[in-house]
Amino acid sequence: MAQIFHRGANNIAKASIAVAIVLAGVAGYAYTQIARSSYLTNQYLERQQPVQFSHKHHTGDDGIDCRYCHTSVETAASAGMPSTQTCMNCHSQIWSDSPYLEPVRASFRDNKPIEWERVHDLPEYAYFNHSIHIAKGVGCASCHGDIANMPSVYQENTLQMEWCLACHRDPAPNIRPKSEIYNTSWDKNEITPAQQTEVDAKIKTLRSKELLTSCSICHR
Amino acid sequence: MVAGFDERNPELKRAMEDIKEIQRKIYPPMVEGEHTFATVTDKISDVTLKRKTPFHWFIGFGIAFIIAQVLLFTIMYLVTTGIGIWGNNQPVGWAFDIINFVWWIGIGHAGTLISAILLLLNQKWRTSINRFAEAMTLFAVACAGMFPLLHTGRPWLAYWMLPYPNTMGMWQNYRSPLMWDVFAVSTYATVSALFWYVGLIPDLATLRDRAKNPYFRFIYAALSWGWRGSARHWHRYEIAYLLLAGISTPLVLSVHSIVSFDFSVSQVPGWHATIFPPYFVAGAIFAGFAMVLILCIPLRHWYRMKDFITHTHLVYMGKVMLATGLIVCYGYAMELFFGWYSAAQYEVFMIKNRIWEGPYWWSYWLLILCNGMSIQLLWFKRFRESEFWLFLISIVVSIGMWLERFVIIVTSLHRDFLPSSWAMYSPTMFDWSMFLGTLGFFFTLIYLFVRFLPIISIFEVRTLLPDANVHGHHQDFEEMVNEVEIEHIDKDKGKVS
Repeated sequence: MAQIFHRGANNIAKASIAVAIVLAGVAGYAYTQIARSSYLTNQYLERQQPVQFSHKHHTGDDGIDCRYCHTSVETAASAGMPSTQTCMNCHSQIWSDSPYLEPVRASFRDNKPIEWERVHDLPEYAYFNHSIHIAKGVGCASCHGDIANMPSVYQENTLQMEWCLACHRDPAPNIRPKSEIYNTSWDKNEITPAQQTEVDAKIKTLRSKELLTSCSICHR
Repeated sequence: MVAGFDERNPELKRAMEDIKEIQRKIYPPMVEGEHTFATVTDKISDVTLKRKTPFHWFIGFGIAFIIAQVLLFTIMYLVTTGIGIWGNNQPVGWAFDIINFVWWIGIGHAGTLISAILLLLNQKWRTSINRFAEAMTLFAVACAGMFPLLHTGRPWLAYWMLPYPNTMGMWQNYRSPLMWDVFAVSTYATVSALFWYVGLIPDLATLRDRAKNPYFRFIYAALSWGWRGSARHWHRYEIAYLLLAGISTPLVLSVHSIVSFDFSVSQVPGWHATIFPPYFVAGAIFAGFAMVLILCIPLRHWYRMKDFITHTHLVYMGKVMLATGLIVCYGYAMELFFGWYSAAQYEVFMIKNRIWEGPYWWSYWLLILCNGMSIQLLWFKRFRESEFWLFLISIVVSIGMWLERFVIIVTSLHRDFLPSSWAMYSPTMFDWSMFLGTLGFFFTLIYLFVRFLPIISIFEVRTLLPDANVHGHHQDFEEMVNEVEIEHIDKDKGKVS
């Protein structure tokens, strides 16, 4: 009887074992890389905003405090987006006829809010509260990066659950003195002895790792 | 050895016949009729290759296939709508889904027992039933796996149960028996599939060599991995098969033990009992043999396989059912005893509620009738040796084993610790269509298996033939006995004791 497969089929069969193992390995590695890539997380992605607003100019150069615009950051879950009126506090006086600011003036005239593109978008099933993080001594920069040096704000971190949990499992390295909460350019190495004492005391007040990583802390 | 010895001594001749008779009683032949290697191969492979597909195959397959579509529609509706279409809700959070899961997983156990433990124990009678019992295991596990998967509500996220470097920074909760279940059942499915496939390879090669249709020949050739039946092939095959048997053996005990942990590790009265693992394993083998009988009794008729699946096989399976059934009955008795002996009011209440005070009392007594009473008939030769009764008892036992899980799950949950949360459970039509659908799916696969693969292991049945046991200087086993007897007679001065 004639052979159904050529002799070479034996080698293909043997090689397929090695190929399957290699492919499985490559696929596994590719998964770990792609799942964390900025393609899926939108990390480092700069968005086109309706107004060319620069955080670097307003916060870094002019020294306006975060809380001037994000007013509810210390008291509510949401940090709050400033209304157009907040912009007009200054821009009715300075740069009041700059073409860059026309969308702001239009918004003020028509009483229609500016539609900003959201940069940090957590899924609805994750509960996040700004005020508790500020109260416990987590600075803006821990999550948002050095905003004071970002002309256009981008997402500094992946916002994936493993990233949240990394800090919830060990929050101590991200606790800073109260005076430096809003200083996004603060260097941890420049901490003074008095600040260190304050931070150490604060760390002692933190809840246990078990509580901070229990499901319903974030999924309520 | 003395030639023509029998003719010279009629007394001895009679004695020889007696010995043969006793031999047949102790070691009944596992292949009946006059068979040679060639006729065995022909008879089994012709079902797949030569014989016209019988009309009843189309009828049976058609019905099973239509019912399998019911499953498909139910799953579609379930996935697009949510598990709210099922009747389970607090406090009966587990109902048909877990009942059916445990029922199907249990059925699979007979296949593994037959293929692994009986192989290691050198039970020759496993040989003609192991192939389709293993197929049954695989298909039953496929049906079982669907239920917990769909009960998650989001089956597309089921891979979250596997340990992989995920972006959630989470690791599985290894303290949960449900997690153990994932590994127990997936290991079970993998090993069973491997075992079945490895055992099929020599037979697939036989089909390859005999198939006339070029497409079938190509498929069988690809599946048989270039098997030529050389001594080296057989040597490796034997090692691989024994290794797989060794790996499967603990699975027979572990899988259903772990399934029982889903219940016994919790603190629900009626679930929290140490008897659960052995009681569940015995129940699984009990249900499994019932299903093997349900399948093989019609099969041996329709495909004229009575020479291979003999009367003796059925009787043996009946005995296994009786033995495991009695262990299960012991389990029922112990459940009652534990409830009383615990002196815990919740346990005592659970027992009372289960057997006469609760609204589901009928399910308990139906269970005792199906699993406890019906198998007592198997003590009697008349019932044990009757195909009709074996078939009937097997069906009753299958129903009984389903009821057992119903009693354990539903009657334990519907009366919670808090009377305020007490509620009744009733299945919806989608609970029923899902269950019925898996039956259709199971029989669809069985029908396809019967049509396209050898239902009985050809090469293993050949080893049961007398031709396969030719020894160097003894013509066969009977002559060996003959020789021993002659020595015996010499000592007793010609008297046969």
